[in-house]
Amino acid sequence: MPEQPMLGQPLWQQIQQGGIGVNPGSTERVQTGDWRTEVPVIDMERCTHCMICWVDCPDASFEVANEKLIAVDLNHCKGCGICAQVCPVKCIEMVPDSAENRETTPSDGAG
Amino acid sequence: MTIVQNLGQKSESGIQLPAPQAINGGEAVAYAMGQIDPEVVAAYPITPQTFIIEKFSEYVADGTVNSEYINVESEHAAMSACVGATAAGGRSQTATSGPGLALMYEMLWVASGMRLPIVMHLCSRSFSAPLNILCDHSDVMGMRESSWPMLIGASPQEAYDQAVVMPTIAENKSVLLPVANVLDGFTVTHSVERVEVLPDEVVKEFAGEYEPDIWALQPGSTATFGTLDANDFYFEHKRQQVEAMKNSLEVVRTQLNAFGEISGRPMNLVEEYLLDDAEVALVVLGSSEGMVRAAIDQARKDGIKVGMLRIRLFRPFPVQDVRKALEGIGAVGVLDRAIAFGTPGNGLMQDLATSTRTMPDRPLLMDFVYGLGGRATPKQLFRQAIDQVVTMNESRVEPDEPAYLGLK
Repeated sequence: MPEQPMLGQPLWQQIQQGGIGVNPGSTERVQTGDWRTEVPVIDMERCTHCMICWVDCPDASFEVANEKLIAVDLNHCKGCGICAQVCPVKCIEMVPDSAENRETTPSDGAG
Repeated sequence: MTIVQNLGQKSESGIQLPAPQAINGGEAVAYAMGQIDPEVVAAYPITPQTFIIEKFSEYVADGTVNSEYINVESEHAAMSACVGATAAGGRSQTATSGPGLALMYEMLWVASGMRLPIVMHLCSRSFSAPLNILCDHSDVMGMRESSWPMLIGASPQEAYDQAVVMPTIAENKSVLLPVANVLDGFTVTHSVERVEVLPDEVVKEFAGEYEPDIWALQPGSTATFGTLDANDFYFEHKRQQVEAMKNSLEVVRTQLNAFGEISGRPMNLVEEYLLDDAEVALVVLGSSEGMVRAAIDQARKDGIKVGMLRIRLFRPFPVQDVRKALEGIGAVGVLDRAIAFGTPGNGLMQDLATSTRTMPDRPLLMDFVYGLGGRATPKQLFRQAIDQVVTMNESRVEPDEPAYLGLK
């Protein structure tokens, strides 16, 4: 299968026609977190790890390990606030996006 | 599928033909669709396309075909369903007219942009308002830049013949574009004429099986359709479509020839009538050619050397074929059945002007608007057009404005 054209600069004759993504996972390489105006801040002491935020996040931005919520993928989180709305213990708060506020969010270090 | 019991004659290529049918253009298209038996047909009823989907849904209800018929809520949905079905690796077809095509417009570009070989039968109809359900080419002109190869027939027989050929153009690996089989609303869709159909097995063999590419959305496929392209490669993908459109021209020629050999009814990209010794000519699209021929026959009796060129392959526009056919012609009247408001020339006139501009002795051009909203254009009016073109040929002065044939 031809290589995805996202990273290189192939010519028009060389790319998959129809813009069809032949291989899966290309969205991971496109960083869309910079659309955000608000960032979720999670109070990890109150979090019950019910995973409702993980289910409802439209961008699959919650990272989970060993059945625990561990981080927010700020490369893809767009700050929509759905997680804060659905959280049953209200431990997620949406605050204006800034370098300072981002540090209070458990994240994978990016964003 | 064969619902014709009585056997007809043998064709020139030795095929035992079913008896000729007395059917209208809509039923003729439905018959071809039934013989091809696509996996999915999705359509919304609109006059004058209705005959096609009424007849086809009858085939579905009777179990004559295996197709899934999706009774969608709008034409936008009809084309969307075809996009989905074809992306999943099936053959899909639809049919529409004027305002229905307008509602489909967004999805026309999605279908061609995703390179999905959908077949649409377009029964040409005017756009409202004021309300009009009759034939003109406003809808045809409305989709001409959407990267769909478009063939325009002139009779129920041609509507059938083209309908059989269409999937083989669309699915050609050097093309992979949706295609439109255009038949004039009412004058073709509703006119009952003698239509010679081919046996089912001959049509099935000609149309073959659709073999989707490896990326079709089938179990195991990892493909994504409709990805975000933005400013990264959108430009390059459009350039690819230019190439596919170019490729389609020779594919259409080859497939029309191949079909002509089987059916004994040759079809060309452009059809000529008495052009060999002609000094002036009319250029026309679709079913008006019959009346134009009658006007030419009459003018010939009066000693006017006039011929006709009918454009069958409207997109991609067969520039070389048109130039070759018009070589040595002094003046040409272009018959436009739609107005391109505010432009320096109506649709077909624009095509003729750009196609002939580099010819060493290019013919003079004059635009005639006729037949809007189903206005009948009798042969006397086409005869008037011929006389005006003859006058232009003598004066060698091209008018800036189009003439309006039969305007009250």
